Amino acid sequence: MTGNERTGILAWGMYLPYWRLQRAAIGATLGGPAGRGTRAVASYDEDTTTMGVEAARRALRALRGSPPDDLYFATPAPTYLDKTNATAIHAAVELPEWSGAYDLLGSVRSSVAALRAAQAQAASGGTRSLAVVADLRTGLAGGPEERDSGDGAAAFVFGPGSTDNPIAAELVAHAAVSSEFLDRWRIPGDADSQVWEERFGQEVYVPLVEAAAAEAWRRAGVVAADIDYLVLAGLHVRGVQAAGKSLGTRPEATVADRSAVVGNLGAAQAGMLLADALEQAAPGDLIAVVVVADGADVSVFRATDAITEVQSGRAALGMSTVADSVGAGRDDLPYARFLTWRGGLRREPPRRPDPERAGAPATWRVTPWKSGFTASDCRACGFRHLPPSRVCLRCRTIDEMDPVRMADAVGRVATFTVDHLAFSPSPPVVGAVVDFEGGGRYRCEMTDVDPERLAIGSQVEMAFRVLSTAKGIHNYFWKARPVGTLTDGSGDERNGDA
Amino acid sequence: MSSNGIRDQVAIVGMGCTPFGERWDKSVNDLLVDAAKDTIESAGVTLDDIDAYWLGTMTSGVSGVALSKPLKIDYKPVSRVENFCATGSEAFRNACYAVASGAYDLAMAIGVEKLKDSGFSGLTGIRPVGDGTDAALSSPAAFSFVAPAYAHRYGVDAEEMKQVMSRIAWKNHRNGALNPRAQFRKEVSLETITKSPRVAGDLGVFDCSGVSDGSAAAIICRAEDAHRYTDNPLYVKALSFVAGPGGGASDPEYDYTTFPEVVRSAEDAYRQAGITDPRAQLAMAEVHDCFTPTELVLMEDLGFSERGLGWKDVMAGVFDLDGDLPVNPDGGLKSFGHPIGASGLRMLFECWLQLRHEAPPERQVATVGPGRNLGMTHNLGGAPGECVSFVSIVGPELSD
Repeated sequence: MTGNERTGILAWGMYLPYWRLQRAAIGATLGGPAGRGTRAVASYDEDTTTMGVEAARRALRALRGSPPDDLYFATPAPTYLDKTNATAIHAAVELPEWSGAYDLLGSVRSSVAALRAAQAQAASGGTRSLAVVADLRTGLAGGPEERDSGDGAAAFVFGPGSTDNPIAAELVAHAAVSSEFLDRWRIPGDADSQVWEERFGQEVYVPLVEAAAAEAWRRAGVVAADIDYLVLAGLHVRGVQAAGKSLGTRPEATVADRSAVVGNLGAAQAGMLLADALEQAAPGDLIAVVVVADGADVSVFRATDAITEVQSGRAALGMSTVADSVGAGRDDLPYARFLTWRGGLRREPPRRPDPERAGAPATWRVTPWKSGFTASDCRACGFRHLPPSRVCLRCRTIDEMDPVRMADAVGRVATFTVDHLAFSPSPPVVGAVVDFEGGGRYRCEMTDVDPERLAIGSQVEMAFRVLSTAKGIHNYFWKARPVGTLTDGSGDERNGDA
Repeated sequence: MSSNGIRDQVAIVGMGCTPFGERWDKSVNDLLVDAAKDTIESAGVTLDDIDAYWLGTMTSGVSGVALSKPLKIDYKPVSRVENFCATGSEAFRNACYAVASGAYDLAMAIGVEKLKDSGFSGLTGIRPVGDGTDAALSSPAAFSFVAPAYAHRYGVDAEEMKQVMSRIAWKNHRNGALNPRAQFRKEVSLETITKSPRVAGDLGVFDCSGVSDGSAAAIICRAEDAHRYTDNPLYVKALSFVAGPGGGASDPEYDYTTFPEVVRSAEDAYRQAGITDPRAQLAMAEVHDCFTPTELVLMEDLGFSERGLGWKDVMAGVFDLDGDLPVNPDGGLKSFGHPIGASGLRMLFECWLQLRHEAPPERQVATVGPGRNLGMTHNLGGAPGECVSFVSIVGPELSD
């Protein structure tokens, strides 16, 4: 392929965690005014990497043909430093070994870099590239950061169009301005950010956004009034809102920021709203993405004639929209549990040994199983082994196995138990024996589950989670979760009798 | 392929068993010395007379030195063995074979475990460095899959199932109350058992075996030499040990209402011992009641009850101390306690007492008598779907 082909967004996916914290619950616990609305909360076993995996899985679901050659992962809340986080996503979605996987860490602005890098790589190499953005926002108890931010991830695949995956939207122009000033900052390792007085940031940001937008309109050959969808993102809410009003776009063009329900997703905010716009856009519509962080970035995309086909293709696959995801989830998370999950409340541990750390060589040897949930099928008799086995359980044939990825399979609960003794950061542990459609059984932990509503026969899907953390090693593996509660579409039709 | 057995080739001529429980005052070495001392006195021998030792312990020591050092064994072979919760039985089995082979005249099997020093609740495992993919489920959780599966398959409603489980715990506590060596020596009411706080699934605290410290031991010689040591030896009729393919957790056919390993080891042991009707021919059985649903399923897997009817036999008192076939007359793992490496030998110790009419009168089972004097020990290790199972049959008479 050459670098002269048209490239653009082929596919996207959005992930919002299951849990919502009611802002009123914060006031009820700490005293003070009852806030309104909710925020999205990553569960105790989620981090930016696992949320990135979920967003990437959704983006790749609609993709046919060759997988992306490159993966760019942006987050201000990385699980690891020194060690690349993107490789965990790369392994979990089973991208080819010879593809690159890179982190862009630190600030909300890194998310723009991930999208630009993927776009640029696709344009110059004529290949597919995956951008993943994720954030897990933390702040001091009772503060606005804790209350108003949210957790989530989004992913986009850029590349040349094909019959199966036509380009949904093309990048028409991008403009950036950068400015060195103290709006917000965080010392690595701290749980909270510090911000300067808001009016200062607003004063600095508005002209920066105006300048970037004017340049983007000029490069795109459009005027502000031409913009059909205006995505405004950034943690400096006053600055973002003021800048949005000063751009001269049509008021109805501004994409609702969903912050009343999910909060400000930080580095994932622009991704979520871009996905939202793509799901609504008509052919020819212009989508402007404005990210306000340490300067301003304005990207202008144009929906292609194929956007309708892409949208209906997603619907046909049962993929949910951003609107569906925002409206799903469970909003009765107790504030005390939220604090516990975020490390703000030290709780009495059970009288059980701490989890053992997973060994690096042992983990590496089983990467397809551990990261990709890849089982083995016996060539002689067809029996499916989870975990993969060299000797067939049914016919005892040795070393005649084919790998089969089970991460996207759905199953039913054969039996389950609530374990009050096992160690967990959020007890009790729910364990289930899952029989997969198409064969295979596995005994695993469950997550995002209300055992009162779980029954034998409940339908479940697999989720990439942190099983345990010991000695700084985050032990990623798969858990089962009830189908349909995220309204992500992967099991909507099968959810009848769960 | 064969499992020929060594029926009547070896005999138990001495046994000892420490009290089980929270033995804060005793170290592993103390427990070993206590059990070994009782056992050699029981057989009327000294440590010098013992030719070889098998030490069973899961977590309380490694290598033969764990025994040779506290007992100051004089340059004799000592093997340390481990096989999950059936560790004590494994020590016994190996000692029996060593004697049957002719290699040694007198062997000691000794099991020990010190669980309470860890400071943790429940069992803690020993695992090599892993890949981190094992579910974090506890032992009670793994066994808790059994109760709803059994209830579902045989149409027992949830409340009735809970009563069956409670009755098993009630019976074993009642038996243990009569046993001065038991960890829990109090009867517990059915109501208390049923209402005890949940540990996992439907299992309450009282559905789980006692976590304890303890040690037990046996001395084995060739059958023809038995009367040199005692007038009342116990002859080994059968020893069966199986490890399964461990596929239960990945086999959609497995339904958690049976332990195939137990079925296989029981069949093998019955064949070795010439038993065709275990419920009528056995005078007593010590079984691995790690959790109450385990004992229920064992009644069927060991052939004491028809499939799906074990719960009715439990409720009818068939396995009570004064029932048709007393099961766990010493209180079982439930109330005697479960120091892993010692439990298999503790079961054998109850056979030693009962079949030789040396149990205290209030606990002596009436089923032992002329024509019916065989005892069973059954020891399970692991979890439903992936376990090891051991069955022994012993009796006070040589077969014809």
